[in-house]
Amino acid sequence: MSADLFEFLCRMGDNCLILGHRVSEWCGHAPVLEEDIALANTALDLIGQTQLWLGLAGEVEGKGRSADDLAFLRDAWDFRNVLLVELPNGDFGQTLMRQFLFDAWQELMLSALTQSSEPRVAEIAQKAVKEVAYHVERSGDTVIGLGDGSAESHARMQAALDLLYPYVGELFESDAVDQAMVKAGIAPDPESLRAAYDAKLAQVMGEATLTLPDDRFAHKGGRTGRMHTEHLGHILTEMQWLQRAYPGASW
Amino acid sequence: MKHEWPLWEVFIRGQHGLSHRHVGSLHAPDAEMAVKNARDVYTRRNEGVSIWVVEARHITATSPSDKGPMFEPSESKVYRHPTFFDIPDDVGAM
Amino acid sequence: MYAQMVKSTGEGVKSREEMSPEEAVFQDRIDADVKIEPKDWMPEGYRKTLIRQIGQHAHSEIVGQLPEGNWITRAPTLERKAILLAKVQDEAGHGLYLYCAAETLGVTRDDLTEQLLSGKMKYSSIFNYPTLTWADIGAVGWLVDGAAIMNQVPLQRTSFGPYSRAMIRICKEESFHQRQGYDIMMKMAKGTEAQKRMAQDALNRFWYPSLMMFGPSDKDSVHSAQSLAWKIKIDTNDELRQKFVDQTVPQAEYLGLTVPDENLKWNEEKGGYDFSEPDWAEFFDVVKGNGPCNKDRLEARIKAWDEGAWVRDGLLAHAEKRAARKVAAE
Repeated sequence: MSADLFEFLCRMGDNCLILGHRVSEWCGHAPVLEEDIALANTALDLIGQTQLWLGLAGEVEGKGRSADDLAFLRDAWDFRNVLLVELPNGDFGQTLMRQFLFDAWQELMLSALTQSSEPRVAEIAQKAVKEVAYHVERSGDTVIGLGDGSAESHARMQAALDLLYPYVGELFESDAVDQAMVKAGIAPDPESLRAAYDAKLAQVMGEATLTLPDDRFAHKGGRTGRMHTEHLGHILTEMQWLQRAYPGASW
Repeated sequence: MKHEWPLWEVFIRGQHGLSHRHVGSLHAPDAEMAVKNARDVYTRRNEGVSIWVVEARHITATSPSDKGPMFEPSESKVYRHPTFFDIPDDVGAM
Repeated sequence: MYAQMVKSTGEGVKSREEMSPEEAVFQDRIDADVKIEPKDWMPEGYRKTLIRQIGQHAHSEIVGQLPEGNWITRAPTLERKAILLAKVQDEAGHGLYLYCAAETLGVTRDDLTEQLLSGKMKYSSIFNYPTLTWADIGAVGWLVDGAAIMNQVPLQRTSFGPYSRAMIRICKEESFHQRQGYDIMMKMAKGTEAQKRMAQDALNRFWYPSLMMFGPSDKDSVHSAQSLAWKIKIDTNDELRQKFVDQTVPQAEYLGLTVPDENLKWNEEKGGYDFSEPDWAEFFDVVKGNGPCNKDRLEARIKAWDEGAWVRDGLLAHAEKRAARKVAAE
C-alpha cells in the first residue's frame, strides 16, 4: 500500500514540480508586466504544492528523503509527471494552453482529493484547490481571449491546441496504482474525471472559437515512468545541477 | 499601429469593515482582466479582501486651480468639530 | 542607485529673482514639503526630469529581473527557488508601480518601453554584469538591493506624490530582498570550502559595480543641484556611497569575507571608512553599452516585447469584440 501511495504522491508532486519549473522560465520574459507577475504567482503556487506532495511522499516512503531530495536527486526514470507538463513553453499561447489543459484536470482531481480517506492528502488538496480554482479561471480566460482575439492569436491558439491535445489523454490513464488508490478511498479513478473535463474543455474552447481535435490519440509514459520525452532530461540537468555538483552542501 | 491596454485604477479593501483605498494602477484589456491583474499585482502579500477597478479615464477629479472655492469655505466652519465646544469635565463623557 | 546621472535642465538652480511667480509658488510648496500632484502646475523641467528619473528607475527594475531570473531554474532547493521567484516577481511589480507613477506625468508605458528598447533611455549599470554562480544571487540581494534601498528609503520623501507613494510601497516590499541575499551569503560563507570560495568570488566581482550604482561624484553637477532643489533627489551620490560602505563593511566581516579594497580603513575623524573609488572608466564603458551583458539584456527585453505583441493585440481585440457584442445586445 505505501509503495502505491508513494507512487501516487510522486505523480501529484512531479506534475507540480515540472510545470512550476516550466512556468518559472517565463519570469522576466512575458509579453506584458501584468502577465509576468501573474505567471510567477502560478509558478509559486505550483512550487508550494510540490513541497507538500513530495514532502508527504518522502514521509510515506519512510527512508528519510525530503521533498528536496526527491526533487533534486532522482533521475528521469524515477519522475512520474505527465508528458504534458514537461513539453517546452513554446510561445505564450502554447504556455497558456498547456496551463489551461492541466489546470482543468488539476481542479477536478484536487476537488475529489479533498474527500480523500487519507487525511494528509485531503489537507493538501484543500489548500491547493483554492489556488488552482484561480489558475483555471485565469488560464481559461486567457485561452478564450486569445482564441477569440485577433486572426493571428486565433491561429496560434488553434496550433497550440492541436499540438497539446494528444498529451491530454495521459491525465486520465488508469493503472494498478490508481486502482489501489480507488480501493483505499484515497483518490478517484482518473477515468472518472474525464466527462467533467470534456465538458469544461467544450465550454472554454467554444467561447474561444477553437476546434478540439477529433482524434483522441494519447501520448503516454510519463506518469508511469516508462518513457518520458527528451525534454525532461534537460529540465533536470538545469534544475539539479547545483545539488549534483556539490553533493552534501547546504544552501 | 499603437494598441496600449487601457489604464485602470485599483482600489482594495484591506480588511473587512474598512473602506476601499486607492493602491495604484495597472493596464488590462478589459474590466475582468483588470480585476485579475489587480489580484496578482496588488494582493501578493495578503493585502486585500475585496477589489474595485475603474478605468482611469472615467474618473472625474477636482482641478487644483479650484482648490480655493472648493475646499477653503469649509475651513471657517469650526463649529462642526466637537472640540469647538467647551463642556465642563463634571458633565462626564460626551 | 537605480537612476544614475539623470539629466535635469542643465541650467542650474534658479535664484528667487529669476523665478516666475508660478515657479516661486511651486518652489515654496516643495520647500514646505507639500507634495506635488500630477494635475498641479509644475515647471516643464521638473516634469521632464521626473519622467527621465522614474523611467530609468522603472527600466532598472525590469532589466534587473534578468540577472537574477537567470538562476530561478537552477536554484538549489525548492524553498530557494520560491524565494528567488517571489523576489524577481517583486521587481516586475516595482517596475509596474514606477511606470504608473511616470504615466501620471503624461507619458505612456509603451512610450517609455520603446525608449528603453531603442537605447534612448538607460537603466542602472549594475544589471550589465553577469550572475555566474549561486553566490552571485546572494551578492546581488545583499549588495545591489542594499545599495538600492540606500537610495530608495530617502526617495519616499520625494516631492512628487505618485513617485513618493510608489517608493513607499516598494520599500515596504523590498525589505525582504536584501535579507534573503544576506541569508544566502551566510549559508555559503559557513558552508563547504567551495561555497566559501564562491561567496568571496561573488563579493570580489560585485563590490565595485555596487559602488558604481550611486553614480560618479555629483558634488559639482548642475543637474543634481536642480534635482536636489526640487527634492527629486534627496542625497548626493557621495553621501549615499559613504553610507553604503559604512553599513556593508561590518556585514562582510561578519561573513568572514574580505572586501576587495586594500585602502579600506576606518577613519575615526570622519566617522566612516576611507575606501577606493571604483574604476570610473569602466563605468562609462558600461553605460555606453560596452558592459559584459548590455547586448544580452537589451536583446532579451526586445524579444519579450516583440514576441508579446500578438498577445497584447489579441487580448485587446477580444476585449473590443466583447464590448461591441454587449452594446449590440442592449
